[in-house]
Amino acid sequence: MGMDSLIGGTIWDEYSQKVQNLMNNPKNMGEITEEEAEAMGAKLIVADFGAESCGDAVRLYWAVDPKTDIILESKFKSFGCGTAIASSDTMAELCKGKTVDEAVKITNIDVEHAMRDNPDTPAVPPQKMHCSVMAYDVIKKAAAQYKGVDMESFEKEVIVCECARVSLSTLREVIRLNDLTTVEQITDYTKAGAFCKSCIRPGGHEEKDIYLVDLLEEYKKEKMAKNADNMATGGAVSFADMTVVQKLKAVDRVIDNNIRQMLIMDGGDMEILDIKENGSHIDIYIRYLGACSGCASSSTGTLFAIEGILREKLDENIRVIPV
Amino acid sequence: MRVYLDNNATTIVDPHVFEEMEPFFVQKYGNPNSLHSFASETHQPLKTAMEKIYAGIHAPREDSVVITSCATESNNWVLKSIYFQYILTGRKNHIIVSEVEHPSVIATAKFIESQGCRVTYLPINHEGLIDAQSVRDYITDKTALVSIMTANNETGGIFPVQEIGEICKEHNVLFHTDAVQAIGKIPVDVQSFNVDYLTFSAHKFHGPKGVGGLYIKKGRELLPLLHGGSQMGGLRSGTLNVAGIVGMGKAMEQAVDALDYEMTDIKEMRDAFEDELLKIKDTFVVTPREKRTPNTTLISFRGIEGEAMLWDLNCAGVAASTGSACASEDLESNPVMEAIGADADLAHTAIRFSLSRYTTQEELDYTLEVVKKAVKRLREISSSYAYAPDGHDSKL
Repeated sequence: MGMDSLIGGTIWDEYSQKVQNLMNNPKNMGEITEEEAEAMGAKLIVADFGAESCGDAVRLYWAVDPKTDIILESKFKSFGCGTAIASSDTMAELCKGKTVDEAVKITNIDVEHAMRDNPDTPAVPPQKMHCSVMAYDVIKKAAAQYKGVDMESFEKEVIVCECARVSLSTLREVIRLNDLTTVEQITDYTKAGAFCKSCIRPGGHEEKDIYLVDLLEEYKKEKMAKNADNMATGGAVSFADMTVVQKLKAVDRVIDNNIRQMLIMDGGDMEILDIKENGSHIDIYIRYLGACSGCASSSTGTLFAIEGILREKLDENIRVIPV
Repeated sequence: MRVYLDNNATTIVDPHVFEEMEPFFVQKYGNPNSLHSFASETHQPLKTAMEKIYAGIHAPREDSVVITSCATESNNWVLKSIYFQYILTGRKNHIIVSEVEHPSVIATAKFIESQGCRVTYLPINHEGLIDAQSVRDYITDKTALVSIMTANNETGGIFPVQEIGEICKEHNVLFHTDAVQAIGKIPVDVQSFNVDYLTFSAHKFHGPKGVGGLYIKKGRELLPLLHGGSQMGGLRSGTLNVAGIVGMGKAMEQAVDALDYEMTDIKEMRDAFEDELLKIKDTFVVTPREKRTPNTTLISFRGIEGEAMLWDLNCAGVAASTGSACASEDLESNPVMEAIGADADLAHTAIRFSLSRYTTQEELDYTLEVVKKAVKRLREISSSYAYAPDGHDSKL
């Protein structure tokens, strides 16, 4: 939060002057006909990307010299908001005079930078970055068509955040190296998720194969598996051999990580009173707090759940006794 | 020329309303709860304003019309209090709202849903309207509340609140309606509507922003959302917004007086304007005119994305609106267009023009010319228009 996010301005205030001018007067808007391409001695490529039902669609026309692979002329048509029009126009402009191979290297970030009024101020607000991503995708599609190959063959990496162009492998590495646990941290480290936010979790503007929350979950599971391994392989002392203080700590940790949240959501909580060995059993005495005390399930369902988790995580001989 | 056709978002404050409010800033600024003349000189104006507000919605004196800060507060209050009184206590477990309610209802319903309440999001039909009888299908003996708006903000579609109210009464279920888009456009009568709660907001009918209200039927009292110094009978604490209440009173009086003009003259102007818009090829209107508030037109221009249209309109000084894709921060398409489930390609092409009693014929004529130009330019850019199913070319 903070002052800037409390009274949101309109997204239009954040468009650069260049973007606004291009929205009003796109230079490369239009079509290239078969005849026009032929007159240039060029091959005509027409590529479509996006769908009207998703709110954005763009069509790119290229006249490519078949001898040199150079894009002689480049035009576009677009169903989309003003920034989609401006991005498409800029993209078409950047393609001109480049070879198809060079054009494929143009990214959405190049398109966005080309529309900046000054190098340090973004040309469009974060949630509009996806418009330039589409401009990038349609180039790949046109190039694939020209070369008769699959569009995916231009992308060696799986890109999770397309706005900031952050790859799956980069994200996995950064999360692991820095022990990241929240989306905000990922954004701070990589900028992924800072723009249109589609890559954070399902339900955004673009559908993804994998989301940032999935990566966090994946890393969390990995860490848990590792901890479990440590325990199993005797990396730590077994629960039965711990001192009472260690046992209390271990039980507390398991409750914090697996149980307490559940109870708090229902308006309750619990505390550990004592741990005693009783023959082959280890008895853990607990007290329910808040809404849990007196709740019918505190002596049945909830109790079995707590006992089950503690047995699974620590020792099979644990018994939980509410006081 | 600047033309304001976004009156479902907010309206100009009527100069007479402003005039009545003015003394309560610099001269009569006392706190009504104090014990001195600065306080007492606010009492009569407040009383008069409350009388006008009660009269405007036909509320009996024994019922409560609590002044709030906005419709969002009123809507939050009803749903959250019902949650505390009926759901949390286990007496009931379910509420029903329409799927096209204002975000202040939908988001609050989602919140109490996350707290364990079952919520039915009632679907709209192909005309963007609610079938009253469909409410019956979802009511159970565990339903605490039905909340359905009187008129929809996007389409202007008028929902059958009276009939829904009867069904709720029959089943002993509480009924709330968000009448924000109805006051000053169609008659609003809490008694014939059969409502227990009704929300309204001054700035939608030429009153000031920051003041709204909630009608509460006698015997249906809610828990206070704001606890404090027990203003408004302890139902809604907070120092009274004297100028706001006085302004809302005057605005309500004028809205009721202007109802005839709104339902005849404004409707005629809107209809003629809409006829002209529909002469443009490949334009679509969903909800039938007779089932809409008299001031609203929601129209789709095939092949033109909504925000692009707004941009061109704004460049020519015309203010309209869209709930579609790019205009809102969360990048969703128009919820009503989606709910209708009509042509997916049209979901991002809807533009809403909403008139008021301040709209002039000259403004509409000008807007029409601006729209035609924008449609021509944007369809020339459009990648999808030339591919429209019946093969129109991109020229108008």
